[in-house]
Amino acid sequence: MSGVPFLDVLLLVLALLPVAAALASVVLPHRAAATLSLVAGLVCLAAVLRLVPAVGGGVVAVGFLRVDALSVVFLLPTAFLYAVAAAFTIGYLGDEAAQAARGSAAERREFGRYSRLFFVGFNAFAWSMFCAPMADGLALLWIAVEVTTVISALLVALDNTEGATEAAWKYVLIASCGLGIGLLATIVMYYAGAQSLGQSYDLALQPLIGHAAALPATPVRLAFVLAVVGFGTKVGLVPMHTWLPDAHAEAPTPVSALLSGSLLAVSLYAILRYYQVAHVTLGDAFPQRVLLVFGIASLLLAALSLLQQNDLKRLLAYSSVEHMGILAIGVSFGTPLALAGVLLHVLAHAAAKGNAFLGAGVLVRSFQTKSLTRIRGAIDRLPWSGPLFLASVLALCALPPFGLFRSEFEIVAGGVDSTRDVPTAILVVLVTLAFLGLLGAVARLVLTPASTAPAASTARGREPSVWMVTPVLVGVLALLLLGVHPPADLDALLRAAAGQLGGVVAS
Amino acid sequence: MGGQSVPDLFDGTATTIAVVVLLLEFLMLRSALLRAQVRLYAVQSLVVSVLAAVVAGGRGVPELYALAAVSFALKAVIVPWLILRLMRDASTEIAGSGVLGVASEIMVALVVAAFGFFTVNVLDIHSDVLPASALSLAFAVVLVAFVLIIMRRDVVSQAVGFFSLENGVSLVSLVVAAGMPLILEVAFLFDLLVAVVVFGVLMRVHHGRTRSLSTAGLTRLRG
Repeated sequence: MSGVPFLDVLLLVLALLPVAAALASVVLPHRAAATLSLVAGLVCLAAVLRLVPAVGGGVVAVGFLRVDALSVVFLLPTAFLYAVAAAFTIGYLGDEAAQAARGSAAERREFGRYSRLFFVGFNAFAWSMFCAPMADGLALLWIAVEVTTVISALLVALDNTEGATEAAWKYVLIASCGLGIGLLATIVMYYAGAQSLGQSYDLALQPLIGHAAALPATPVRLAFVLAVVGFGTKVGLVPMHTWLPDAHAEAPTPVSALLSGSLLAVSLYAILRYYQVAHVTLGDAFPQRVLLVFGIASLLLAALSLLQQNDLKRLLAYSSVEHMGILAIGVSFGTPLALAGVLLHVLAHAAAKGNAFLGAGVLVRSFQTKSLTRIRGAIDRLPWSGPLFLASVLALCALPPFGLFRSEFEIVAGGVDSTRDVPTAILVVLVTLAFLGLLGAVARLVLTPASTAPAASTARGREPSVWMVTPVLVGVLALLLLGVHPPADLDALLRAAAGQLGGVVAS
Repeated sequence: MGGQSVPDLFDGTATTIAVVVLLLEFLMLRSALLRAQVRLYAVQSLVVSVLAAVVAGGRGVPELYALAAVSFALKAVIVPWLILRLMRDASTEIAGSGVLGVASEIMVALVVAAFGFFTVNVLDIHSDVLPASALSLAFAVVLVAFVLIIMRRDVVSQAVGFFSLENGVSLVSLVVAAGMPLILEVAFLFDLLVAVVVFGVLMRVHHGRTRSLSTAGLTRLRG
């Protein structure tokens, strides 16, 4: 498999192109940097899509980079959202660029600085999230996840408002502490592996998973719990989630989309790698119980928070906590069907949540507020963005015909298969509760006539740039595709990856 | 828990050094002046680096000499220097503020440290390199660092708390993962340096916005 140099080149493209775009953004003017980011995003998306049929059940490896089916599943959200958010950014910053061009020299300089920092950070952020699933080994994986944290913390602070400063500090402190625990997990796992791989080795995935059956139980158990708590901080599992709503709500919109759809997934990927080792060493019961507890706690808190939320972006952030809870519960069911559902859910959630954040960004821009009580009648003011946003949120609520319906259905069916009746029932009830909260709030925004708003503004709205509508449309189409008829290659990839989680070692 | 044999000179030295690291963590918790806290962090990093050198000599792992040198240069010199320079620019407040009084904080930290020490002892993880008590002490350092981060309400103490947490993790890694390839250890350290720079940038942003180092006002985002 690894004899095909073309696939090696694809990995190198993913590992080098975004960082090259980030470096070039330091010197390029606004328009060129925006175009370059979009091109880099599209090329990376094409590269990842090309990897989907190529990897199958095998492995592509170059140096420190190693990609198997599970990695590709987690490369897909980043690649998709990188391209989509880059396109959205052209519209998002376009107004400000035009405004700055009309303004004074100081304003132009100020915008130039903002735009430069944004594109450097944006491309570097995407790069770090490509590196994490491609890193061969738990130590490199930890390093990549830590890099995603520091870059995204700077992006959260970028708007330099009071809220952004507070959110960035909370985020960097809480996530770093979490990753401190993640580093402990890495070291304890190193100790466990050293008992059968020798004192000096590099934590590469294949030997570690291959020897998992021979590892001592107590250190693996400790490492797994530390990994769930440590990396779970960045996944947004309750009770380590407290940074998440703040960071998602205060970051610039394209960054929120990447944070929610991609960053959380990358951190979950780290937990899944520990799970791969732990469930061979310890059997199913212990790792699944740990994930079940965190999953139900997350789902419960998120469902309740969704019912009484007054900020549009925080609403979507709590929906991310909800979906991460669903994923943890899905992994805890452990049947092949549930695991395939979990992996599909990662993809569908990335598309839906990225979309919802981008759509919410248009609404916030158009109504000049994030308050759920003051946005009304979006469908009148925004004939395209309004319905598209509603469609994204319907997808997030897992209504058919969108991808999340298929994935949640598979997870629930997997739960029934594995005779976990009580957790499955809890899952269904809480998801319904979250559905009520999310859809109730959003339907009011979009469908209630504008005249009922407390401070009804009569200004005729207009659709923002076509660059802010097309990405959302693409996302909705992707969700339809995932829901109605997932491509055969993708299906094979998901099954191979679910098999790996179930205990098959890719080679 | 107790070993049958009398600990030899090496074990005694290593355990003593680990105890010193824990005591320095407590000193950080009780010191009211932020500058003193940063200096204590530098001393703690120095002690951890010394332990790496001791292990390198006593157990014949020459790679650890290199690790000790890099760790000393980064954590005992560059990082404290960066933080102190940052604080010189922001010379508004130099005294930190705890949520509780110093005595109560120390009591909490004692309980937490004892919990960590005895819990890890029960796990029965032992290494060929260092005595198991060093591992328990290292986990206690990590937990006390959490107490420091949670109890203090200023950005410098919280950042220093995180860096000293990393010292505790380094100590753990010396005990149970001394054979880890040097390249990974160095990569961890450079990652720490990147984190320090980002913490520094955000501290500066915070100070620029609020004209203070206190985090007591960061209560706007909730719900």
